[in-house]
Amino acid sequence: MKTEHKEHIVKPPVYIAVAVALYILTLITVWAAGIDLGKILNTIIALSIASFKASLVALFFMHLKYESKLLWFMILIPLILLLILLALPILDVITRAGYFGM
Amino acid sequence: MEQVLEKHHDVEEKHAGLEGAKMGMWLFLFTELLLFGGLFAAYAVFHTIYAKDFEIAHHHLNRTIGFINTLILITSSLTMALSVWSAQTNRKGLLNLFLLLTILLGTAFLVIKLAFEWPVKFAEGLYPGGKEFNHLLQEGHRGQALFFSLYFMLTGLHGLHVLVGVLVLLGILFMALRNTFSSEYYGPVEVSGLYWHLVDLIWIYLFPLFYLIK
Amino acid sequence: MEAKLQEIERKRTYLDEKGIRSWLFTLDHKRIGLMYLFTSLIFFLVGGLFAIIFRTELAFPGKQFLSPEAHNILFTLHGAMLIFLVIIPLIPSALGNFFLPIMIGARDVAFPRINLLSYWVFFTGALLLLFSLLFGPIDTGWTFYTPYSANKGLNVFIVSLAVFTLGMSSILTGMNFIVTVHKLRAPGMTWGKLPLFVWALYATSLVQLLATPVLGITLLLLGMENLLGIGFFDPAKGGDPVLFQHLFWFYSHPAVYIMILPAFGVISELVSVHSRKPIFGYWFIAASSLAIAFIGFIVWGHHMFVAGMSPIADIIFSFLTYLVAIPTAVKIFNWTATLYKGKISFTTPMLYALGFISLFLIGGLTGLFLASLGTDIHLHDTYFVVGHFHYVMVGAAVFAFFGGLFHWIPKMFGRMYNERWAKIGWFFNFLGFNLTFFPHFILGIQGMPRRYWDYPAEFQSLHFVSTVGAYLIALGALISLAVFIHAIFKGEKAEDNPWGGKSLEWTIPSPPPTENFEKIPVVKEGPYDFVKH
Repeated sequence: MKTEHKEHIVKPPVYIAVAVALYILTLITVWAAGIDLGKILNTIIALSIASFKASLVALFFMHLKYESKLLWFMILIPLILLLILLALPILDVITRAGYFGM
Repeated sequence: MEQVLEKHHDVEEKHAGLEGAKMGMWLFLFTELLLFGGLFAAYAVFHTIYAKDFEIAHHHLNRTIGFINTLILITSSLTMALSVWSAQTNRKGLLNLFLLLTILLGTAFLVIKLAFEWPVKFAEGLYPGGKEFNHLLQEGHRGQALFFSLYFMLTGLHGLHVLVGVLVLLGILFMALRNTFSSEYYGPVEVSGLYWHLVDLIWIYLFPLFYLIK
Repeated sequence: MEAKLQEIERKRTYLDEKGIRSWLFTLDHKRIGLMYLFTSLIFFLVGGLFAIIFRTELAFPGKQFLSPEAHNILFTLHGAMLIFLVIIPLIPSALGNFFLPIMIGARDVAFPRINLLSYWVFFTGALLLLFSLLFGPIDTGWTFYTPYSANKGLNVFIVSLAVFTLGMSSILTGMNFIVTVHKLRAPGMTWGKLPLFVWALYATSLVQLLATPVLGITLLLLGMENLLGIGFFDPAKGGDPVLFQHLFWFYSHPAVYIMILPAFGVISELVSVHSRKPIFGYWFIAASSLAIAFIGFIVWGHHMFVAGMSPIADIIFSFLTYLVAIPTAVKIFNWTATLYKGKISFTTPMLYALGFISLFLIGGLTGLFLASLGTDIHLHDTYFVVGHFHYVMVGAAVFAFFGGLFHWIPKMFGRMYNERWAKIGWFFNFLGFNLTFFPHFILGIQGMPRRYWDYPAEFQSLHFVSTVGAYLIALGALISLAVFIHAIFKGEKAEDNPWGGKSLEWTIPSPPPTENFEKIPVVKEGPYDFVKH
């Protein structure tokens, strides 16, 4: 696996900045969970923050920001499939008549 | 009638190379996304059905420990990224240091989980087959029982991945100590790093879904 | 001296090195392909034998010699073996492994050691599946529906482990092929010059990679259910059996595209080479492979119309299922258009290709009856379904495999097969297949349920015909395999390009040298650029 060409090297300050951002976002998530905005909104907020954190990890720690468009496109596919895997069973369950008891 | 081919003498022989190895690892990570995806789908369905029960059950989890473990994993991702940078810039001493730190942080995550979190649940009987778990079922609080089943399956599978990651990184550290890596050759470090970040990524979702339910 | 050296060079092939270690530890994609081939063919015979046994029982109502329990075990093993050990790996891991690198002008796949690993993982999974029999053979059907399968204990746990392992092999192969196609194409081998077999393998690899993990987690959960009683699929514990089906079919529907897409790829090759005509609508066929791969992921609920999903979910899945007919039809039109005014040679490969087109047409069209909600309510879990999937999995996929096998025997072994006996084998396969499975459609419409050990007397004559057909398939399969084995050892020497194909495998010697190409070619022409006569 020899390097064929000059690969873009990300410098430590960038990594440290990302880590700090992640710490802060984690604090925000915990703080936001303490505020009652209703189930749905709380869930959306928590997942949105988590997704933002995940994007930071992917873009910077995993170098995605500096990788080829091909890889970006490739990643889209499992993400879309994941969405479908999550969405359709939920849709099924919530549209069943009198879906089973809480 | 043969296809017309020109046989040049120095046609470049193709190899997978670093880019190929990275692509291969990304493809493998996609499979991990979908593996956990199935579990997340189960979680999503049951959280939807048993929203109240999940909220009640989640109070049994220790939010502080979850928070600390989140910080630990984030830091381990930082040290992992820094170890890749060290290899890329030929800083062999730092490479060893950051790899070691990543391993220690990963181990700390596991120790905290296995010594401070799970045993509490076992003692409380809140695990599949446990006393309190069965009690919940008998009382009709099936959603709460499911919460704990999901908790152990998801954090268990994730923990297994952390363990595998730690073992892989130990192997990488061994190789690094034997001077295998340099700015000319660091593929295995980078590729292992990708795996490690995924483990962090999954936890980033697990933490709010289990510890911060409203 | 020069000429002598050249002669020695010429005779050097991938088959030369002898000794079992040179096979078991090989890194040569061609040898790995052959190992997959022979392993799968053995399980093909075993799984087929099970079918002969229970078809014999089913020829008449009442008990002939098989108990209901034994019947259930046999159809479970028949399904599990043939799906996971034969049809899923067969074309991609055997023919695909052999020819993908050559067709793109490479010396091997991207990760040869992972390729070898994938074979040994496959072999381990097969052994685990056999090992599970020691704990009591399972009788759940290959679909393992809960709750029946959730409290069986160790045997289901081990089978789950076995299939999980087989899935890992599938994933490794898929990953390897994708990187290979992206990174190892020879100079000049643009995406537009790839043989359609390669496009098909690429699309298949995407499905293998992305669908199989969900099977993995489903089986893991089933195993845990059996071992620890976690309750995801058990209503008594708050779980949902339909959730199992959602997760199971999320993989298992795309799995059928893993089975058929490579077959489509083979047919594209056969139809153009054996009619010496460029494939009609190359980009449409290539794109349709990708479209089918993607759409295949969003239709899984059509296996669950009567399982307890909401009507809204039913409607959505039914609609999405119709979509997959579109790119599939595109392929059929294009193959037909390729044949039109072509210089068709009725070789064995062409006969299998023609058989494929007719049988797949029937299989595909009967899928529409099942996709339609109203009719599916009547037809679900009847013999109609069994007929449908055998038409597409056997009539189509297995026929495509045989066609590809005969097409490429001369290249793989440098020997020609016996054309006359191969045709006789084809004849019994084709006749036997239709005799076995066409009655299934009628039986299904009349209400004969699937997986039933017994039935009312009114269904008897069609069952009998079906069993006769099964014996004819057995005859056809045995003849075809005998022709294959005979060709390897006693076949007449074949020229390097007996069919006049234009893809890269036909430019190298038969059998190929270990490194495939003396020098990596620079590609100038497409794989279907036949010179007009």
